Amino acid sequence: MNQVQNLTKGFIKENPVFVLLLGMCPTLGTTTSAFNGLGMGLATAFVLVGSNVVVSLVKNLIPDKVRIPAFIVIIASFVTIVELVMQAYVPVLYAQLGLFIPLIVVNCIVLGRAEAFASKNTVWSSAIDGLGMGLGFALALTILGAVRELLGSGALFGIHLIKGDGMLVFILAPGAFIALGYIIAIINKLNKKTA
Amino acid sequence: MSYFVIIISAIFVSNIVLTQFLGICPFLGVSTRISTSIGMGGALLFVMTLATMVTWIFQYYVLVPMGLVFMQTIVFILVIAALVQMVEIVLKKISPSLYQALGIFLPLITTNCAVLGVAILTVQKHFDLLQGVVFAMATAVGYTMALVIFAGIREHLEIIEVPKGMRGVPIALVTAGILALAFMGFTGMVK
Repeated sequence: MNQVQNLTKGFIKENPVFVLLLGMCPTLGTTTSAFNGLGMGLATAFVLVGSNVVVSLVKNLIPDKVRIPAFIVIIASFVTIVELVMQAYVPVLYAQLGLFIPLIVVNCIVLGRAEAFASKNTVWSSAIDGLGMGLGFALALTILGAVRELLGSGALFGIHLIKGDGMLVFILAPGAFIALGYIIAIINKLNKKTA
Repeated sequence: MSYFVIIISAIFVSNIVLTQFLGICPFLGVSTRISTSIGMGGALLFVMTLATMVTWIFQYYVLVPMGLVFMQTIVFILVIAALVQMVEIVLKKISPSLYQALGIFLPLITTNCAVLGVAILTVQKHFDLLQGVVFAMATAVGYTMALVIFAGIREHLEIIEVPKGMRGVPIALVTAGILALAFMGFTGMVK
């Protein structure tokens, strides 16, 4: 597989959220606006790239039996870096995402890519894979955040586009489930047509 | 905060799945049968209570005195992973029948963000040890309840004609949304 395919597979064909259905908790929990979704997506992308690179660097040094705990330690270290950096430079976003930043550590995508890809491939292609999957995740979160923000408050990235109050329910918990359900349904439909 | 308020708010008002979005993966994956939902809930109750207890002790007797609070995420996830492994080994030895019932759910629980989430929330809310344990148990009960209700609905969904694109996960998500809407009725009960 060439590197371009490796990078772009995470965008649509193997999109972690819409197609693989991984990492649902942050997807639903943080996408109250497009900006929050993007922030969460990029934080996860950073952890993905970092952990993929390190896992692939040390893959021959770790005995097979303890590889999962070792991967978790590597991932947790990167999550801690993200936590500290966000706390220092974007405290408002950090406060909004709250609990979901430390919870990147149990995001199935990160451990999934470490186990399924980085532990078997070279450092370079693992980095590309992490970047592609991370951007795909960020893209999905931004789309869901944009849909919810637009329906819920008539705004996009904080800019008001539609007059009026919007349907508040889309900003609240139920709207997250319903919006994601319909987006996945639409993507299923489109995928069937092209296939 | 009184124990009663903690229990009611953890089960209904801020139900962990339907308002806090934690533990969604098993919520969507496991909850197709009522019986498996109850098994998962039981395993979770067990692990969540233990994990909250142990991480609380680590937080206040190791991390805070040593000034290592920034290591919280790493320490907590390791403690939980080790704990789940230990529970699995101990259970296998002393109660094979319980292991039979809960065993398959245990590995899934390490990566269930609800467990780590509750451990961190307990610390964030400054609960003492007993409050933390009550909070963890009530959260697990709330989780199980949501799981069982959802499984009950999904068992019926299987025999209903659903539009093609909506089959499987999309309809499950929309159902969860409506369920969350119902749980919003509890908002404001506890300040």
